[in-house]
Amino acid sequence: MELKDFIQQFAEQFDDTDASEIDAQTSFHDLEEWDSLIALAVLNMTEKRYGKRITFDDMKKCDTVEDLFNVILAK
Amino acid sequence: MKAYIKGIAYYLPEAVLTNEELVEQFPEWTVDKISKKVGISERHITTEDETAGDLAVKAAEKLFSERNIDRSQIDFVLLCTQSPDYHLPSTSCIIQDRLGLSTKCGAFDFNLGCSGYEYGLAVAKGLVLGGIANNILLLTAETYTKYIHPLDKGNRTIFGDGATATLVSNEGFAEICEFGLGTDGSGAEQLIVKTGCARQFKPANDYQVNEECGVHSSDNLYMNGKAIFDFTADVVPRLIEETLQKNGITMDDVDLFVFHQANKYMINYIRKLMDIEKDKFFIFMENVGNTVSSTIPIALCEAEKEGRLKGKVVLAGFGVGLSYGAVVLNIR
Repeated sequence: MELKDFIQQFAEQFDDTDASEIDAQTSFHDLEEWDSLIALAVLNMTEKRYGKRITFDDMKKCDTVEDLFNVILAK
Repeated sequence: MKAYIKGIAYYLPEAVLTNEELVEQFPEWTVDKISKKVGISERHITTEDETAGDLAVKAAEKLFSERNIDRSQIDFVLLCTQSPDYHLPSTSCIIQDRLGLSTKCGAFDFNLGCSGYEYGLAVAKGLVLGGIANNILLLTAETYTKYIHPLDKGNRTIFGDGATATLVSNEGFAEICEFGLGTDGSGAEQLIVKTGCARQFKPANDYQVNEECGVHSSDNLYMNGKAIFDFTADVVPRLIEETLQKNGITMDDVDLFVFHQANKYMINYIRKLMDIEKDKFFIFMENVGNTVSSTIPIALCEAEKEGRLKGKVVLAGFGVGLSYGAVVLNIR
């Protein structure tokens, strides 16, 4: 599991936010399009692609995309 | 012998709930965000004295008049609903009388939600092929909005009321081919109205808000968004693969996919998982919302109007139960 790949997968869950707006240091909760449906898609993608299960609570504690990546990595 | 869909019609209650009205009540949302994300601008809502039975009767009347169908030929009524007019009798019996159908009609309700249309087609096909009935009036009618807590903004945004009527017969425009069906009752509590029936008749009055699961009230519709999202993403690709196999066709042979119109974002997620091209994926929910068992027949009506019903059409419903079903239609 690589950070670069994760960022790309994460960005793919957005319909209207361009991938160029999302990098390791993006505070994803502040993105205008971020909402509970995208959160569900990210959780599902994480499980399907990386075989790791994280919760909404795990996600809430993260600020940046890299924080989220590290939480998933530690699972 | 084969079984076919001969005609479909739908009816929506007159009252409408718009995104503007929702945003007034839940100012943390924007109209634009709701319509873009869930793909819904307005949903039709029953009034207090309007029931699923009323909607189903209107949908059937529309079918009879639009398709010039002789109602005396109907020899079976199947009603899919989870919001029947009464605990008993079966709403389908009342509908037989209200529509002035022959007393020689068989009639029963069956309790399924988002997968209900496929199950209805499966039973109707069985009735035709078994020589039990020749003209089956398959009705779907749901008034989920009556079950939703007024503060449950998620479910209020998604669900709308409505009904559809389909005539299944030994001739028609769409052959009902092979099915893939499945059930996982271990997920029953993920989408449920807990009270009001035999398990717990009296209201629980236990309303609470939980950030992970949203509004949780045993007396209202409860949906665990994450559980349903994961279930769908897990089960639908496998269901489609199995159904295509049973029909001896591949993804490339399919002309149109019509999935249960749960919400636009989620079904697009599934579409992308399965590499289905956008132009083979029918979406129709903007002015109706998620009408549960009626979303697929409503979408079929609209696809027909747009001239997009041709060749092999794959239907797939999934949700409450947890239950799922898919079928291939061969359009003549």
